[in-house]
Amino acid sequence: MTGPFRALSLAIMRGFFRDRAAVFFAIVFPLMFLVLFGSLFSEDSSPRVEMVQVGAVPLFDDLSDEARAAFDETFEVSHSDDLDAAIDEVRTGDANVAVVQEGDTIVAHYTLADPAGAAITRGAMQAFVDGANLAATGQPPTYSMETDPVEDESIDAIQYYMPSLLGWAIAMSAAFGAAATLQGWRKSKLLRRLQLAPVSSTTVVGARVSVTVSIALVQMAIFIGTGALLFDLTLTGDWWMAIPLVVVGTLCFMAVGLLAAAITKSQEGAVNAANFIVLPMAMLSGTFFPLEGAPQWLQSFAQILPLKHLNEGMLDVMVRGEPWTAALGPMLYLAAFATVVTLVAARLFRWETA
Amino acid sequence: MAAGRPVTNAIEVTGLTKTYGDLRAVDDVTLAVEEGEFVGILGPNGAGKTTLLEMIEGLREPDSGSAVVLGLPAWPRNPALLPRIGVQLQASSFFDYLTAREQIRTFAALYGVPAAHADEWLERVGLVEKAGTRVEQLSGGQQQRLSIACALVHDPDVVFLDEPTAALDPQARRNLWDLLSGLNDSGRTVVLTTHYMDEAETLADRVAIMDHGRVLVHDTPAALVRGLDAATRITLADGEVITTRDPAAEIARLADEQRLAGVQVHTGTLEDVFLELTGREYRA
Ligand SMILES: Nc1ncnc2c1ncn2[C@@H]1O[C@H](COP(=O)(O)OP(=O)(O)OP(=O)(O)O)[C@@H](O)[C@H]1O
Ligand SMILES: [Mg+2]
Repeated sequence: MTGPFRALSLAIMRGFFRDRAAVFFAIVFPLMFLVLFGSLFSEDSSPRVEMVQVGAVPLFDDLSDEARAAFDETFEVSHSDDLDAAIDEVRTGDANVAVVQEGDTIVAHYTLADPAGAAITRGAMQAFVDGANLAATGQPPTYSMETDPVEDESIDAIQYYMPSLLGWAIAMSAAFGAAATLQGWRKSKLLRRLQLAPVSSTTVVGARVSVTVSIALVQMAIFIGTGALLFDLTLTGDWWMAIPLVVVGTLCFMAVGLLAAAITKSQEGAVNAANFIVLPMAMLSGTFFPLEGAPQWLQSFAQILPLKHLNEGMLDVMVRGEPWTAALGPMLYLAAFATVVTLVAARLFRWETA
Repeated sequence: MAAGRPVTNAIEVTGLTKTYGDLRAVDDVTLAVEEGEFVGILGPNGAGKTTLLEMIEGLREPDSGSAVVLGLPAWPRNPALLPRIGVQLQASSFFDYLTAREQIRTFAALYGVPAAHADEWLERVGLVEKAGTRVEQLSGGQQQRLSIACALVHDPDVVFLDEPTAALDPQARRNLWDLLSGLNDSGRTVVLTTHYMDEAETLADRVAIMDHGRVLVHDTPAALVRGLDAATRITLADGEVITTRDPAAEIARLADEQRLAGVQVHTGTLEDVFLELTGREYRA
């Protein structure tokens, strides 16, 4: 690292960390969302069926280990000796079903007040009874079932929100950082002053980029750390590929910030323009909620947004267990987007605000 | 100027012109500044001083004409020339949220100057006590002194200062004068713009007066005042004002009449030259 590059990077880095608003919006604010969403959606989306077993129910007590595991996933069991009290619990909604075994017959008392819950309860219990019947015949099953969960439904909330909110956090701080710096330096004439120093524009731009990239990697570390400590985030195999992906993503959103600065005349204007671009983009890229339910045209439109590609790339390698090659496509798209936007911004940029 | 060295021009400006729309901000200016010379540029607001300086510094592209500094063309931006010139812009330009010491050390590093040398400059402009203060908390005059120190930290051969004393208190102004004279005595070329006649008269070897983008005169202050051919005004203690072309005779007469006590003699000054050339109207 040469002297001027180091000095400029240090000056910019200090400026960032002493700017409380910048630190808040780049790091604290997205982290609040992570903790909020991580906590809100950490409850299982389909809570277990609450079952009161009255007396001994040998059918369920004698399940094979495999069936037992499935049973425990479906039912939360409590025990009682008083059938009437158990039925009362069901009636008042404290339990979903009260079960007694009378000889070979399982009697389930459930309420129709919640028809969907009742259907699930009936279906699940029927499945266990059928399973037990089959086992009793000693015959191998004719049909078998395999389940293949499709990623987004199966991954935990934190697994989805960590990469998505990280993408948004990076987009915000990169775009705001570039927009505010360029406008601020132009307004304060610092840009002119730097032109007078024997440093190349590559050094100046390089220092600014390296600081923003470092900040993005800090954001990434904080997000992964928080996800792992507070929630049970587990990264999959080639998650490290998210690092180059974050670097390219940062460059791309710095370019967006440059464009915002080039088309505006004040620092506030530039930050507002960056916000105006990044926030709706975050919504449409599935940062706050998955887009599966959105109309098709909206989903197609989202495909042109760079943040969508950044998010998908990070989800693929960080939590969906895709190989590192899955990040190459998004990286290419982000790099191309960055190039085009930078060229446009350079054309529109004026040294003077007047 | 060092004895025995051939006189060369540190700055050579030929036919320099810059227009903004219909406005000729700088209009066909030709000017030479010798190495080691101290030049003051005077002119009403909007005369074109800043625009002229910025073209000589290589910050602005001239519409026509050329500016050559230390034998090198100023435009396009010339990295070989930049370490040899020091520029204080009219508006102070700093990095956000940095302290005075961090600012000057950053600028020093851009020129490969060690931090210790930067700290010396803080001392020279009297900002040691404010070294740990962030620039936004410095007073206007303190910011200006820091800005000057940042312009000089790499010991440039040619120094451009755009209204360096504009926001300074009288003490800081005198201190800066001493500092600039010292720089000039050590052989550096200094170009400064100012609205203070006494400043130009005290510091400058030669003065250029600009208006409407043109350089009207460029000469030593003494020669300019002589050229004015102004009458001398003698104000007596009782308030009577005598205007005369022959002040010596008039004063002798007053001495004979025992009326010299409390007399004020007002000869032509640079300010008279300035007002004579640029008129008394306000400028936009
Ligand atoms: N970037 C610009 N765009 C348009 N007009 C400009 C620009 N810069 C300067 N001007 C105009 O050019 C003229 C000269 O401006 P300049 O700043 O050189 O004056 P100055 O002599 O430095 O004045 P002051 O004493 O107030 O600093 C002014 O009329 C100004 O309005
Ligand atoms: Mg000016």
